[in-house]
Amino acid sequence: MAVIDKHKALERSPTLLFIFSFLVVTIGGIVEIAPLFWLENTIEEVDGVRPYTPLELTGRDIYVREGCYVCHSQMIRPMRDEVERYGHYSLAAESMYDHPFQWGSKRTGPDLARVGGRYSDAWHVDHLTDPQSVVPESIMPKYGFLLDRTIEPEHIEDLLSTHRFVGVPYTDEMIEQASADFYAQADPFGDIDGLEERYGNVTISNFDGQDALTEMDALIAYLQVLGTMVDFSTFTPVPSR
Amino acid sequence: MSDAPKVDKETGVETTGHSWDGIEELNSPLPRWWLWTFYLTIIWAIGYTIAYPAWPMVRGATEGVLGWSTRANVAADIEEHEALNADLANALVAADLTTLETGSDLLRYATSRGQAVFIANCSQCHGSGAAGVQAAGYPNLLDDAWLWGGEIDQIAYTVRHGIRNETDPDARWSEMPAFADIFSREETEAVVEYVYSLTSDDHDAALAETGSTLFLDNCAACHGDNAMGNPDLGAPNLSDAIWLYGGDRDTLTETVMNSRFGVMPAWGLRISEADVRAVSAYVHSLGGGE
Repeated sequence: MAVIDKHKALERSPTLLFIFSFLVVTIGGIVEIAPLFWLENTIEEVDGVRPYTPLELTGRDIYVREGCYVCHSQMIRPMRDEVERYGHYSLAAESMYDHPFQWGSKRTGPDLARVGGRYSDAWHVDHLTDPQSVVPESIMPKYGFLLDRTIEPEHIEDLLSTHRFVGVPYTDEMIEQASADFYAQADPFGDIDGLEERYGNVTISNFDGQDALTEMDALIAYLQVLGTMVDFSTFTPVPSR
Repeated sequence: MSDAPKVDKETGVETTGHSWDGIEELNSPLPRWWLWTFYLTIIWAIGYTIAYPAWPMVRGATEGVLGWSTRANVAADIEEHEALNADLANALVAADLTTLETGSDLLRYATSRGQAVFIANCSQCHGSGAAGVQAAGYPNLLDDAWLWGGEIDQIAYTVRHGIRNETDPDARWSEMPAFADIFSREETEAVVEYVYSLTSDDHDAALAETGSTLFLDNCAACHGDNAMGNPDLGAPNLSDAIWLYGGDRDTLTETVMNSRFGVMPAWGLRISEADVRAVSAYVHSLGGGE
């Protein structure tokens, strides 16, 4: 056949074969990837989602470092049993500032997408220190050492800048004040006006109950904000999803 | 490659025309059933992409003629299950909790629904059997001791608004001072000895006597003259040998010096009104009423 005969020319020249393979893959890529930049329902716009504060972002790094995601997902699927147990199903916009996102389907432990505000800070300290003391049937390991590891905002500006580089809208002011905000969030008696002005709704607390600022503070600050940014009493889902 | 296909003499089947060291390859046709199944799957796939959301366009994806939607499905599923118990759930929301009749269908419904709510939301602190965590500040809900009152409407208020949280302005709130800044070391020891003496025979009577005066001056305003507590202020009864954080001298000293600040979330902001009422009925059935 005529087409087959022409194909022979491609198969016999590695350069031509490479060029044409690349063209084919490019077309496939454009068709699959390009619409994501314009599709209106890729990320639905919702009110309330804000970038993580410096302390929360540090806590998130600890969450990733300790491999919490190996057992805990942060994605409530749109199914009745999950909504009944965990709350409103997750929206893509709720993890738009997550780099990398923490979605998943393997749940050795419960989903944490809406764990924020569900427990007191003291419960988190007790539970992370010795999970079986509050939930006897739990198989979670102990993370009490987080209480002994003090932290400082040594590289916090770099961390925020990196996140800005990949698309999180941190302002210059947020980056300049990152160190101050880092300390302010864990000090209920300190000056919190700047922090609240920059980030809006922020939970300010001495999360671990100790004087020193530790990794426990950062991790609990992160856990307490999960799933709390969107006010679902004012949210109307677009049905066509 | 020539235009006329070569035919294998032995089998009468065309060859591919390729030849390696004189070995040629038969170009056998695919089995008919396989080929037709393959064509069918292609036709099926086209129909499927017409019926369901599939093709990405520039600003949105095709929606599919069946109008399938994950969100609509889960909403319908939840609605369907809620409709099954709608009568009882509505009656529960409308009912006066204090007059739920023993043995009535409504109370039975509330208690069993409440148990499910409790397991999903409350058991992490209060334990799956509601016995709390002894000496760690998570109250036992099975006994007769109630910090903020054990009547069903008092329980419902606690569940709905929580305790000492920042999210609900109506949360129950009380804050014991940290007496480390107020008492001297000797005074702390004396007050601890007095409180210890209320539930233990093995105490230093003279020291407890000193402590009782300090107690009347500093603690009785909330805990009462006879240390029986006050559920309006969330002040625990110190004379009943039931301890939230522990009743030994060391724990009492820690409590007196640094105070305690147990927090409970406001569940009215997270679960439905029917769930709040149901779980209150369940907890009340365990050890409520005083």
